[in-house]
Amino acid sequence: MIKLRFASPEMLVDINEISDLGYHRVDADGSIHVGALCRHADLERSALLATRQPTMAAAAPLVADPIVRNRGTLVGSLCHADPQGDWASVMVSLNASVVAQGRNGRRTIPVKELVRGPFQTTLAYDEVVVEAIAPAPQGEAAGGYLKLERRVGDFATVGVAVSVDRIGSQVTRAGIGLTGVGGSTISADDAAQVLVGGSLTAEAIGEAASLAAQAAQPRTDHRGSASYKRHLVSVFTTRLLNGLIRTEEEAA
Amino acid sequence: MTSLFQEVNPGAAAETPTREITVKVNGESRTAVVEPRLVLAHLLRQGFHLTGTHTGCDTSNCGACTVLFDGKPVKSCTLFAVQADGHDVMTVEGLAGPSELHAIQEGFKEEHGLQCGFCTPGMMMASKALLDENPNPTEDEIRWALSGNLCRCTGYQNIVKAVMWAAKKLEDQ
Repeated sequence: MIKLRFASPEMLVDINEISDLGYHRVDADGSIHVGALCRHADLERSALLATRQPTMAAAAPLVADPIVRNRGTLVGSLCHADPQGDWASVMVSLNASVVAQGRNGRRTIPVKELVRGPFQTTLAYDEVVVEAIAPAPQGEAAGGYLKLERRVGDFATVGVAVSVDRIGSQVTRAGIGLTGVGGSTISADDAAQVLVGGSLTAEAIGEAASLAAQAAQPRTDHRGSASYKRHLVSVFTTRLLNGLIRTEEEAA
Repeated sequence: MTSLFQEVNPGAAAETPTREITVKVNGESRTAVVEPRLVLAHLLRQGFHLTGTHTGCDTSNCGACTVLFDGKPVKSCTLFAVQADGHDVMTVEGLAGPSELHAIQEGFKEEHGLQCGFCTPGMMMASKALLDENPNPTEDEIRWALSGNLCRCTGYQNIVKAVMWAAKKLEDQ
């Protein structure tokens, strides 16, 4: 941002030397906490996410490239507020929040309310985000993340994050986040809502995919036309949800 | 009148904040006084004259500036030099011994793993990090580890072969 002259801060504070912000852990209530210095690479190799949080586990290896993942962080990605950031879609689909520390203490901000627009957040000038929290699943967590990119490390043409909590085959909560198809990360709430209360039927999935595509606000650019990107939102949503359908035996 | 030198107002220089930093570079402790805005790649190249580290894109895309930072590969165009204070940096110049090439360098030579050579230092440092962690990688694992390094000449085929060659040589040693 500084090199591109988008930002010219008078002072920059490096938090890298703070040793105890590199954690990610699950609390007794089942919520997942990611510290501000937890690197993408830590999440990519995390046994915790692999067993407990499939949407985050699916996204971690797709962020930037392996070298960038050694330095970049999930919290940094959220605060950067790039509409093409992968983590924002994932965390929006999980109904996650961040904890901001300021001079007057801490406050919790839902990720959906953190971003005001491209590269702009609702953080006050004297606040830093110290951790992100994904709430405990209402039942069992299922989900995934799909991204189309022209090559490793390129910005997403389109990315879709899907998170579904279930008890048996009954969906108790759902979230869908869209990457790179608007001025900021899009939470496709209407699409997610049609999944709640029943099981993942072909009809519900079709409706969710169509509503997700309607929620997208893509623009034609060198990565593809608006209609192509909208189509991809539908394809990815369908593909992700189809992958979660269970047979009766599996659900039992 | 034109001249090669221009006297500058000493006040202007005094206004520029500087930091003294000590960085371990290729095993040797080095101290420098830098502006906080200086990026690590430029400290290495212009400050320490270690010009093997290349700056290609300046935006964390190409990976030509890859160095090892406390043993992990990072893109040195996206780190400030002051962030390296107290840390350990290894550049491509740290690979070869006094009289012989590192197995990775030999591999790139033997397998024709480079054409123009611009991306090569970054490729080799990313390969070093891979082989340190995984001495016997598969082709897929090599392609994964080098996916943050761009090469516009080779088509990557011979780079992958070079890393496999180096892995074998290191195993045999």
